[in-house]
Parts: sequence; structure tokens; C-alpha cells
Amino acid sequence: MLVGPSGGGKTTAMKMVNRLISITEGDIRIDGTSVRSLNLTDLRRGIGYVIQQVGLFPHLSVGDNIGTVPKLLGWPKKRIHARSEELLELVGLEAADAKRYPGQLSGGQRQRVGLARALAANPPLMLMDEPFGAIDPITRERLQDEFLRLHREIRKTVIFVTHDIDEAIKMGDHIAILHQGGVLAQYDTPDEILANPSSTFVEKFVGADRGLKRLSLRRLRDVELEPASDASADAPRCLPATTLRDALSLMLTEGAHEVVVAGDDGEVTGMLSLQRVSDLLREQVTA
Amino acid sequence: MIHIVAAGPVIPNYGTAHGCIANDNAMFCTTWIREHWHDTLEPALVQHVWLTAIAVGIGFAIAFAFALLAHRFGWLAPTFSAFSAFLYTIPSIALFQLLVPVTGITVTTIEIGLVGYTLLILFSNTLAGLRSVPPEVIEAARGMGLTQFQILRRVELPLAFPAISAGIRIGVVTTISLATVAAYITPYGLGKPIFDGLQINYRTEYVVAGLLAIALALVADGVLVIVQRRLTPWRRATA
Amino acid sequence: MIVGEGFNAHTFANAFRFLWYDRSFVATKTLEHLELSAIAIGIAILIALPLGVWLGHIHRGSFLAINVSNLGRALPSLAVISVGLPAFGIGHTVVILALVVLAAPLILTNSFVGVDSVEPDVVESARGMGLTPFQVLARVELPLALPLVFAGIRTAAVYVVATATLAGVVGGGSLGDIIFNEPTYFLSGVVGAAMVVSLLASSAFFLFAGLQRLLTPRGLRYVDAAHVPEEEPPSVLEAAAA
Repeated sequence: MLVGPSGGGKTTAMKMVNRLISITEGDIRIDGTSVRSLNLTDLRRGIGYVIQQVGLFPHLSVGDNIGTVPKLLGWPKKRIHARSEELLELVGLEAADAKRYPGQLSGGQRQRVGLARALAANPPLMLMDEPFGAIDPITRERLQDEFLRLHREIRKTVIFVTHDIDEAIKMGDHIAILHQGGVLAQYDTPDEILANPSSTFVEKFVGADRGLKRLSLRRLRDVELEPASDASADAPRCLPATTLRDALSLMLTEGAHEVVVAGDDGEVTGMLSLQRVSDLLREQVTA
Repeated sequence: MIHIVAAGPVIPNYGTAHGCIANDNAMFCTTWIREHWHDTLEPALVQHVWLTAIAVGIGFAIAFAFALLAHRFGWLAPTFSAFSAFLYTIPSIALFQLLVPVTGITVTTIEIGLVGYTLLILFSNTLAGLRSVPPEVIEAARGMGLTQFQILRRVELPLAFPAISAGIRIGVVTTISLATVAAYITPYGLGKPIFDGLQINYRTEYVVAGLLAIALALVADGVLVIVQRRLTPWRRATA
Repeated sequence: MIVGEGFNAHTFANAFRFLWYDRSFVATKTLEHLELSAIAIGIAILIALPLGVWLGHIHRGSFLAINVSNLGRALPSLAVISVGLPAFGIGHTVVILALVVLAAPLILTNSFVGVDSVEPDVVESARGMGLTPFQVLARVELPLALPLVFAGIRTAAVYVVATATLAGVVGGGSLGDIIFNEPTYFLSGVVGAAMVVSLLASSAFFLFAGLQRLLTPRGLRYVDAAHVPEEEPPSVLEAAAA
């Protein structure tokens, strides 16, 4: 996850991986192999590439767009067809959409097709350059959630460029924050960055609400709860999947000092107090 | 030479057809059309089609090659454009006459002239088409590992096709028009019966030949539109 | 046709000599040529410009403005002259008809596309500010359409000046009288007259290009100047796809 203000060289760094921008100094290695030692075409065909403007080929149907790299790799027609249907379903479109043209799709649908096209030849590595940047906030949120789900299914290494720190925190396992001029400001897990920003630049970049952001990374089921017996009778109830941030919000709006955590079946597993939330935030980083 | 100052009573040497009173100069002497379809009009029409096809074919080959080069080397574009735009300002009949001392009264003379006139539109449309391909599409193609040649063949050329074929359309109708004028120098194509008819002041001949030239231009235009639509299904498919 | 003289290094020198010695004759023919062209372009503008602008303003009639107009453009000028001859007789009228048929479609299509393709947001905000439909047309749409409108007139002017030569075939009254009469004026005369026509056509091109620059709103010069194609406006491309 590469994040930072514009002029930080996020996109440049990413494009050096598939050598859309050539490397003048230093090196990038994938599984120990230098990208400089590989044939340009083979290198790129082995890396999925998704950009903000999508760049679908307007003259090809959705199916043919997805099938571009497999076709170049010489896959048989049947296999390409089956693969594109499989991918369309994976990204939440219908198999029948394969016959449509990009001009007939909405922005969100186009980016889904762009994603499917990048996944077509099952590359182990994906480069994504602000893939959800040009999409309205509601659709973006949905695509982010779907991509996270998808990511759990397909398990790929993804290098993701964004200028949106919230997106980086939500989507990333590790985040590199780049400063103007391409200086690496911090490289860490989202939790660590929020807990211990390495500089005032990072601190400002992640925002004054970094504590709250950190709370949104953790769910009630992830933390050690206090015994529910201490809770007052009218404390609000939450599911274990609720984030700490939402739990806190509930306490504040309800004027309560704690929430009771209960599963779907109504079985109470514990409670979380306002004091505990504050303690958790000051605790050392766990992840 | 043809310099009609007044419509004097010139006797057409083939105005003597049956059922056609010589020199009455009615707009249409259908008998004349019937009798001279095979020896005058049809050959002229066929020649006209060939003259046009050859000129546009050669012109396209040259313009296409230069457009590809100019797409790669930007500086070529204004140079070639300026040259072919200059050609456009020269009256075709003068260019044909200028070529006669070099290449004689031959089809070559006409074709050199006609090819020259097709270059501008074919070159600029091909180049405009290639340049109109959105940069993100090219970037996506490069990122996917398409080679330069594959990008040209599979992405740029298909996307430039509407502009290229629009250029061919204009090139074809322009050439049909200029080829009629060329008959003043060389006796080929539909311009031949037009000039012949004008010279002897025989209405039926020049009007019918003119109508044939118009019909040819319209039919060619229509056919090219249909071909283009067939070949670009994605342009009709919009949300 | 008789080839009056061979083509050699002296042809161009002789052409200049012809232009100089017969300068009053050449000047007369040049003025006739200009008059013929100006009348034709004037009529074409009078017919096509208001029609194109109006159709573009109401966003209707794209079929007429693009497709029908394209058909008009396809008509070979010599054929139009020969078909029109019985009705109009020998003389300038039939030549002007052919030239108007050549020029009007270009101007019509470009005016239509120019006005029709003004950003709807811009028009809407003008309306929102309380401009009347006429004010929207005169103050917003027309200025924004000017580059395309002038591109059309410019191309039309080049075609018309070069094609007015055809008057030499039917009744005379242009530099075509020299160009179509090699036996009398020799190749040097033909080349000399052709150079004048070429010069006139280029001048027409630069005249209208200059007018376009003068009349184009300043702000537009920075936006899309590079996007207005030199010879063939996007209209033609769109027409082909329509």
C-alpha cells in the first residue's frame, strides 16, 4: 500500500515494478528475481495492472477485454471463455455481460471489468493505481469491501497506490507513506502508523483523529473483554464483529459508560467500558 | 480545346439515333442513352471506378505509411501536412497539365495527380485517428504486456478505424470529382462524355454522364458508410 | 489536346514572364476569379451558417446537418455543372451553383457541430443566470463554436477558389479561362495562372485562419486550440459514424 500526497512518487514507484518507467538506479526484485533481468513482455504479462481510468479497450467486448492476455498467451478459446465467465462472477458481474461493450457500462462496472482483466492470467502480483479513485463514494466503499473479500479468496500480492489514507488503512496490510520528492516517510502496519507516527509529517497526514481510525481497525471479538457482570442493566448491546470505533460511538450517543457484547444467539460474552477503550489505545501496538 | 462561348448549332456526330431528332437537344434522348450505353457510358463508368480505386489505394498506402511514421516521429506531421495542404490549393486541371510533359497523356498522369489530392485527407485522418486513442487505453495495454506492434495492431488501428474510414470516404468522393476533370487531359472516365457533350453541345450526353458521376459518388459514399458500420459494432453500443 | 511546349527548367521562368507581360489580362481574370469565389462563399455562408447555428442551438436536425450535407459534399462539381447547364444555361450562374453545393455542406456541418457540441453545463449555467435563449446563442454558444465554424469556412474557401477554375469550361470568367486554354496560352500560361490560383487559395486559407484567431474568445485559445483539426473537423468523423 503506497500512500502519500501528490508529487510523492507513488505511481512512479509502482510503474517501475512493471517497468512502464525504467529504473535508472537500484533494483526491484520479485521473489528474488530482478525485474530488470526479465523480458519486458513476460514481466508485464505476469503482473496484473489496474489503473484509475481503467483503460478498457472500447472496441472489444467485455469478454474480449478480459481475454486479451490469455489470448496473447495462446490459451484455447474455450478456456478463455470459461475464464472470463468465472472472473465476471468473481467481480460481481454476470456472465451475460461478456457480450457488452465498455461504452455500455457504468464507471463502477468498468472498474470491475478492469479488475477482472488484470486477474485474467492469474498473475501472482497485482499493481493497482488508485483503482477506486474516480468512482463515487458509495460505489467506492462497496468495491473496496468486495475487493477485500476477493483478496481473501485469491490471496495475491497487491501493490496499491492511493492518496486516501483512510483507504490505505482499510485495505492495507503494510503501508508506505511517501513524502514529497519520493522520500519514504514511514513503512509499517496501519496500526503501528496510527499509534506511532514517525514524524510530524506522518502525524498530520494520518489526521488528528488517528486514535479513532485505529479503533476502527479492531473489532470487539479481537480484544480482551471485561466480565459482563459489571455492566449496568441498560447498557447497549453490540455484536462481536462491531469495530471499537462504532462501539465507542454507541456509548457516546447512548450516554452509557459501557457496551455489552453479545453474539447472534444473544449469549453475552463480555463487556467493554469507556475506560478500557482508552487503555487499549495507550497500550503498545499488538499486531 | 473546349471553350464554349455560346450554344451554337453544332451538329453532334452521334445525334442521328433512331427516334431522336438530331440537334433538338431535348434533355433526354433515351434512344441515344440506349445506343451508346455499351460503347460510351458503361466503359466510362467502369474506367471511373478503376481510376478512383487505384488512386485511393495508392494514396492510402502512402498516407498510411507516413501517418504511422508521423505517429512515431511527431515532427513529420506538420511537414507532410503542409506539403499535402499545398497540393490542395493547386487547381487539379493545372496539375494534370503540368504533369503531361513529364508523364504524357496517360493514365499515369491522372493517377499521380489524383493520388496527390487524396494524401491530405487520408494522412490527416489516419494520424488524427491514431492520436485520438485515449492514453489510459495505451497505458493499460502496455501494462498488460502488449508489444508495440501488438498495441498498434490490436488497439490503436481498430480505434483509429472510424477516422481512417471517414478519410477514405472523403478521399473517394473527392477523387471521383477530380477524375471527371482529368478527362479534359486524358480520355478516360465519366469526364470524357461530359467534355465531349459540352464540346458538341449535346445535352443528353453531358447531362447523363454528369448524373452517372453523381450517382457513382453517392453510391460509393453509401457503400462505405455501410461497410464502416459493419466493421465498428462497438460504436453503436453505448449505454 | 495539344502539348504546346515541353516541360523544362524554363517553364516556371516563362510562367512568371507570362504573368508579368500579360499582367493586366491576368489581373482582370484574377478579379473575376475572386468575384466568382466571393459570391459563391457569400451565398454558401448566408444559407448554411444561420441554418447550422439554428439547428445546433435547438439540437435537432443532425441528420440534415451531417448526413444530407455530406451527400451534398460528395457531388462532383463538374457533374453538377453539366447537369445544371440545361436549366441555367452557359454562364456564371451554374458555376456559382456548383461552388455553393461544394461549400455550403462544409459550413453547415461545422456550424451545426460547433454549436451543438457546446458543453450542456455551460449552456445550463447561462440559462440559470437568466440569459434569454437568444442571449445564450449570441453570447455563449456562438463564441464557443467559432473555431469550428471558421475551420469550415476556411476549408470551403480553399475548395471554392481552386474549383472556380471550372468556370473556364462553361462560359469563362475566371483564371480557368487561361488554365483550360493551353493552346492559346501555352504551358507557361497555364502554370502561371495556376500559381495565381494556388496563391489565392492559400491567401483565403490564411485570411480565414486569421479571422478565426481574431474572433476566437481569448480563453478558448488556451483550452482546445490543439484540438481543432486543421482540415477535417470532427464533424466528418462523427458523420461517418452516424
